[in-house]
Amino acid sequence: MKRDDIIEYSLHAHHSEEEGVKKRKEIYKVTIILSVITIIEVTMGIVLGKALFLDNQSAWDMIKVAYIGLTAVKAAYIIMVFMHLGEERKPLRWLILAPYMFFLLYLLFFILVEAGADTAI
Amino acid sequence: MAGEATQQLTTKELWAGKRSPFSISYGKMMMWFFLISDALTFTGFLSALAFMRVKYADVWPITENIFYHFPFVHHTELPLLYVAFMTFILIISSVTMVLAVEAGHRMDKKGVTKWLFLTVIGGAVFLGSQAWEWSTFIQGSEYGAYDMGDGTMARLMNEEGTEIQLRDRTVISGAEAEEIKANHRVVQGANLHENEYGLPLYADFFFFITGFHGTHVLSGVIINLIILLNVRKGVYQKTGHYEMVEKVGLYWHFIDLVWVFVFTFFYLV
Repeated sequence: MKRDDIIEYSLHAHHSEEEGVKKRKEIYKVTIILSVITIIEVTMGIVLGKALFLDNQSAWDMIKVAYIGLTAVKAAYIIMVFMHLGEERKPLRWLILAPYMFFLLYLLFFILVEAGADTAI
Repeated sequence: MAGEATQQLTTKELWAGKRSPFSISYGKMMMWFFLISDALTFTGFLSALAFMRVKYADVWPITENIFYHFPFVHHTELPLLYVAFMTFILIISSVTMVLAVEAGHRMDKKGVTKWLFLTVIGGAVFLGSQAWEWSTFIQGSEYGAYDMGDGTMARLMNEEGTEIQLRDRTVISGAEAEEIKANHRVVQGANLHENEYGLPLYADFFFFITGFHGTHVLSGVIINLIILLNVRKGVYQKTGHYEMVEKVGLYWHFIDLVWVFVFTFFYLV
């Protein structure tokens, strides 16, 4: 039996050829950004090999923070543009991101404290 | 996705019932919920890695000393380049997937088929690369490494073991090397009990995290393939929309997203 009270939200998602051109342009832009960030990360990894910094922990810590920052930028582009979360309604965005962020920070805090990161720094 | 979600509706209208307050179908919503729980699983794994990484910071293996092989290239060290290639492949297959979704929004069956097919190929290339990397890691370096007893390993640079490279990449030879050779045993390759590159724990994490991710890639490729066959048969053309491609697309982007983090926390940091 086919139900007629279900709204097919996907039927609203269709777009025209002209809009498609615009959308593809944005996809290619993000592709270039993601590739460039990856190239920067790998170049940093090869040129600034960790072995060079074994006796200079603070310099290595700075590189580590840079890596994590670049990764966060990549993740944001993938989630917001490729997974279209940026185009969804705001409550849905928070419904997905907020619980995850909460558990992530909770877990990281306890795990790093237990591993002794607070005494190491 | 755009469309309904961009329409201006009052909160009262949205939450009055008989509709999704998020302007999203049940299937897509559940895919997002699954992805959150899966993301938390991976977060657990990577946090466990962080825990051990901080705990054993002094002796943790250095990735450039491990992943320097490249297929068909011998006797040259190219640290991290092949992992970078794998990352690139997965990003590109994510792009072809988002292009398939875009073609679906124009009801362009030929476009969806083409881009989804390329996505499947990208996933297969990634899986093959991972199989190669696993086998290289399991086989180990050419001559193996001495177990230094403090959790670090010293790599043999020649068959006799008269030239040895330490963790910080300094190479020693002569009497010092002779002494190490006399007092330490050689380990070659890696498995769950032994690891010629350092702590066995490192190998455990490698097999577990990249293995769990690889299983996701494998299932993703299979699901994409099934959807590709449906697209070819015209199933979604008949339904009137390509939302199924969007849903498997979410899963596929998630796999790429996880790899971005594995790449940073396992290989780079």
